[in-house]
Order: sequence, then C-alpha cells, then structure tokens
Amino acid sequence: MQKRYMVLVFRHLLTDELALRRPQLKDVPFVLAAAIKNRMVITASSPLAEAQGAFTGMAVADARAAVPELLAIDDIPGKNAKLLRLLGLWCIRYTPTVAIDIPNGLILDISGCAHLWGGERNYLKEIVLKLRNAGFDARAAIADTLGAAWAVAHFAKVSPIVASGMQAKAISALPTAALRLETELLLKLQKLGFRTIGPLLSISATVLRRRFGTVLLVRINQALGKENEVLTPIELPVAYMARLPCLEPIRTAVGIEIAIEKLLSELCLRLQDEGKGLRKANLKCQRIDGRKVQVSITTTKGSHSVSHLMRLFKLQVSKIEPALGIELFLLEAPRVEDMETVQDQLWAEPKGLADTDLAQLLDRIAGKVGAAAIKRYLPSEHYWPEHSIKKANSLTEKPTTAWPTKPRPISLLSPPEPIEVMALVPDNPPKMFIHKGKRHQITKADGPERIGREWWQDSGEHRDYFAVEDSEGRRYWLFRSGYYDGGDAQWYLHGYFA
Amino acid sequence: MENKKAIVNELQQKILQWEGYKAPVAGVRPLLGLGPLEAAFPNGVFPVVAVHELICASTEQAASSGGLVTGILSVLMQKGGICVWIGRARRIFAPSLSLFGVEPHQVIFISLIKDKDALWVMEEALKCGGLTAVICEVKELSFKHSQRLQLAVEQSRVTGFVLRNEMAKLDSTACTARWRVSAMPSADMNGLPGLGYLRWQIELLKVRNGQPGKWTLEWQNGNFISVEKELALVERKVG
Repeated sequence: MQKRYMVLVFRHLLTDELALRRPQLKDVPFVLAAAIKNRMVITASSPLAEAQGAFTGMAVADARAAVPELLAIDDIPGKNAKLLRLLGLWCIRYTPTVAIDIPNGLILDISGCAHLWGGERNYLKEIVLKLRNAGFDARAAIADTLGAAWAVAHFAKVSPIVASGMQAKAISALPTAALRLETELLLKLQKLGFRTIGPLLSISATVLRRRFGTVLLVRINQALGKENEVLTPIELPVAYMARLPCLEPIRTAVGIEIAIEKLLSELCLRLQDEGKGLRKANLKCQRIDGRKVQVSITTTKGSHSVSHLMRLFKLQVSKIEPALGIELFLLEAPRVEDMETVQDQLWAEPKGLADTDLAQLLDRIAGKVGAAAIKRYLPSEHYWPEHSIKKANSLTEKPTTAWPTKPRPISLLSPPEPIEVMALVPDNPPKMFIHKGKRHQITKADGPERIGREWWQDSGEHRDYFAVEDSEGRRYWLFRSGYYDGGDAQWYLHGYFA
Repeated sequence: MENKKAIVNELQQKILQWEGYKAPVAGVRPLLGLGPLEAAFPNGVFPVVAVHELICASTEQAASSGGLVTGILSVLMQKGGICVWIGRARRIFAPSLSLFGVEPHQVIFISLIKDKDALWVMEEALKCGGLTAVICEVKELSFKHSQRLQLAVEQSRVTGFVLRNEMAKLDSTACTARWRVSAMPSADMNGLPGLGYLRWQIELLKVRNGQPGKWTLEWQNGNFISVEKELALVERKVG
C-alpha cells in the first residue's frame, strides 16, 4: 500500500500557547527570549510582533528599537517538546502513528486513514481548521514521503496536497532549506547559487556526493521516496503500569518470575485500592541488546489477585527469550474494569458461571491452549441446525430464548457426509443406507421433519430429516436435500443420536 | 465366626476410606435413579468423587456414552452447577443436551486435538472446586495420568468422566469404574411406527470394590428406567 504522510507545522507554537493562557497578551506584540552568549535573543515571536519587525534570532534590544512597546517573556527550554507531545496525543484520533518533529512540527502517518474523513482534502481541512479554531497557527501538507510533505508544509504557498508520485515536481521550486539541511550546508549551497531544489535534482548522485557529502543525497532521496525514513511514534500513556529496572541483567526463568511477581504485587495493590480488576496485561522486557520482547495475558473477568495473575504469567515465561539479559521490565495493564467486591460466603453453594474460580480456570486454559478453543453456546432463533446455536460473548451471558426441545443428535457432523440410500417409496424413510462402505439396515424411522432454508440468508434446497434406527439399535440423523426428483436427490448423514 | 465377619467388614470400610471413598451420609444426596446399576457400586451409591472411564470403540458408541454421561449430569447439575466438556475434533451438538435435562449454556466446551493438552486441561479443571463435572474425550489414558486425575478429584470433589476410544491398549487405570455403553434397538411401542425410547446396554467392566455386571437402561421423560423392572411391571399388569 502506498504510504501517505502528513506534516503539521505550528509557525507560532510557543506564542500561540502563551496567548491562549494569558488572553491579555492577544493585542500586545510580545516575544519569548532566552540568554544566548550574554544577550537576550528572541526565540519565538508573536504574529503581531513579527508584523512590526521583531523576528526570531534578533537581540531583544535591537527589536525594541523597532517596536518600543515590545514585551519580552522568558523562554522555558523544552517547552515546545511538551506542547508538541500533547498536540500529538490529540492527533491520535486521526491516525495511530504520530511522531514529534522538533522544534515545531508533527508528523502523521496517514496511510489508510484519510478515507474515513471523506478523502485527503477533507481530512486535512478537518485537522487544520480544528487546530486553528483552538488558536494555533497550523499549516499542513500531505505527500507520499515525509521529506516532501515537510518541504511543502514549511515552504510552499500553493496546494498542500501532493499527488502520489509527484514529489519531484512539488519540491523543485522550493528553496534548498526545505530539504532539512544543516545551516553550514545551506550556506555552501547558497554560495554556489543553488537557491531552489530543482537544479540539484538534475545533477548526478556521484557529483553531489563528492561535493556535499552523503547528507544532501540522503535528504533528496528521502524527499523523493527512494530511501526509507523511520518514525518514532508517540505511545499513548497507560494508566496502570509498573516498572522494574534491574542492576544486573536477568537471564534465568526464575529471575524473570521474581521480577513479574514484584511488578504484579505493586500493580495489584494499586488496582485493589481503586476497586479495579485487570482484564489484559502486557509484560515488556527491554533487553540489553536493545530489543524488546513482549508477552501478554488476558482474563475473562477482572482480577487483582497476584497469585492468579502469576499463574497466568508462569505459562508465558517460556516464551520470553532473554538473550544476553533483560535490564528493564515494564508491566502495563491497558484494560481494566470495575470490580464488585464480593462478600465471602459462609457455606459453599454452586455459584454457577459467576464463580471466580471458574474464570481463573478458563484464564489458565486460555493461556495454555488459546482462547479460541473455549466455547460456550447459546440458542439462536433459527431452525437450520448449523445456525441454531451461537457462541456466547461473555461467561455470564444468559440465553434470551429457551432451548429447542425437538430431538437433536448428540454429535453433529459438519459438514454432513453424503450417503447412498435405498427407499421403497420415494417419500418414505430409506430402508437401507451405506456410509463409508458400511451397510446399515434400517428398522425404525421417524420423520420427515422438513427444515427450510432461510431464504433471506442463503439460497439452496430445503432438507427433509429422518431419525432412523438400524438393526443393531444405533440411531442416526439422515436428511434428503431437496425434493425427491426422479431418484437423483442426494442423501446425507448429519449426526448420531445417543 | 460372627466376630471374624465383623472384623473383615470393618477392615473393608477402612480400605474404602483409604482409597478415597467417603461413606455417604444417608439422605444427603438423592440416588441417581440408575436403578440396579447403582447397587453395583460400593455402599450402593454412585461414586461422585471419582473418575469414570467410558470405552467407546466407534462413533456410535461415543454418542451413546455421551448420552449416558449427560443423563447422569442432569442429576448432578440440578443445583445450577457448571460442567466442562473437553472434546476433540468431533463436535457435541449443544441443543441435544437439553433433551437430557442439562442446560446447554451451563456447559463449557473446550476443543483440543492433542491428548496431552486435553489431559492437562482436564486435570486443571478437576482441581477447580467450582465445577460439578468434567468430561474429557481422549484416545488413551495411561495409568500415571489416571492417578493424577484421581488425586485431583479427591481434593476438589468434582466428578470426572473420561471417554476413550483406543481399544488396543486397555491397561488398568486408577479410575473407579470402567463402563461400556452401546446402543440397543428400542422397544416396539405396541406396533406403532417410529422410534421408541433411547435404550442402551450398559456394562460395568470394572468397579473398584463393587460388582461388575450388565444392565439395560432406557431414557424415558428425563429418567433412567431399568428395562427388566419395566418388563416385570408389564407382566404384573397382564397377570
């Protein structure tokens, strides 16, 4: 699938945010300044100050000469990263992959997301308008590559959406600064007369590398999509988590178990205090070779019992490969639910499906053999045998209708197996049938019970069912598919009665 | 002589206790209604805290065994208990259980292919006191495994049923009883057409401290009816 990226630029990120917090600054030209080499230098300037001639990079004293009423506020270092993170978390409603682009941008991987908002144009409009209404001066661009989107978002004056494969055309008229290059390299390019990207694209790669090093070549290739670029997406914070750094790398199963137990007791104490139960837990192990291994457990019913969760994790420990050793354990509980506090009973009665022991048993089984193997059925209002049951969604789900009382075989073949039959009269039950090469002489039979297809769901023939007993007393459920029609109707064996 | 008999009886009772049998207190649990079959067990009561082994050579026999077990379950699960049914590829059709008086939604089905997994799950399930019964379909059951199951049962007081179909190796197991259930032609209903009541021939091949034997039972309107008794009744009416 073709990747699509969107780059968001906040041209006045810090001043916009300040103006939102202090509305009195709205009509005043103000700048943020920090001490650099013993002088106060403007690090961010409000749109009003910029219009009057106070730009980023100027000394505050110089700017005051142009704008006498200029207000200088101390800049807090690292503030923009924090702000971008918050904006990035907000953007996760539009795409799961959002990355921060210091100093004033966000990168969104929007592959496969835009159609949900009715196309890229509407998608872009929606995000930019929402941000502008919130008070941020945002610009955005969409392209196949991160580099092209970045260039267009920062420097283009025209259409913000670059059609698939048109990166070269879109960026060729943009200044060389749109390639995300170091200042030194930019100066060098400027000296040689390269003001736009266009001329650089027509020069061969070997020449560019000899002159300007690999950085320029990499940036051009990234913008054109010839080279991949990796994003570090923001991760949503998990409300319930515990971490355990280790002084020495852990390599043994026993060590891992001890670590899990420590983490669980910490997390469960907190869950217990808040009356919550864990439904899903992920254990992330950071190895010293820089890789992550992860195992997870799920429970059918919220639980904050250390011993139970520990048993579930013990089944998973063998799946953790410690390699050279694990230096950090992270236990996250992304899914928790409110738990009812249950009073202990004085005498034991069968508690049925609400039993905690049962839920814990099923968790253990699911941990060992997979949750797909565990099934519970509820009646479904269909006569067609294959559709007459449905899987229960939860352990406590009750049937909404009564179970049917018609005789049904205890074991049902799926799919039904074709048989050869012999019947005396066309519409009578058969006298004999052959299944897997074995003849069964039928002595008694009940039927037919006609079950029609549900025409609104699937098309095909109806079935005429017969419950038959052979000479040895074995009971079978047979059916003929469709009407008897000159002897070519197919018969099937569908199940065994008890 | 009398004295000797009393000593032997006392000793037998003690052995039963050591082997995990607890003498049932009279009136605590109703009889299962298995008729004369129940009398074959020690103390004349169907052992609930035990693992039963049912041998089914064919698919038809497996279905019959399933029917008998479900009939027994209906009595055990009267108070709304839960049962776990560990099956293999062959699928139990849930709605049929309601014919035997078991609420199908009270049964949790676990489908597994490997015997090893199935026995692991069965042992875990038997340790869970919240269950009423555990049914497991396997190919083989080794002596060691049956011992493990018996130990689990003694602690949790859950009833276990093992349906096995590998006839080649019938070694002795630690199970309390070994059954064989096969379908029998149903009775003629006074010349009426159609099927009669479900009828099985039930063989108790082995019972620990009990009397092995052979019986014919019918499932009539939610009860096991011993066929011999039925015949006797009819004869009396005629006479």
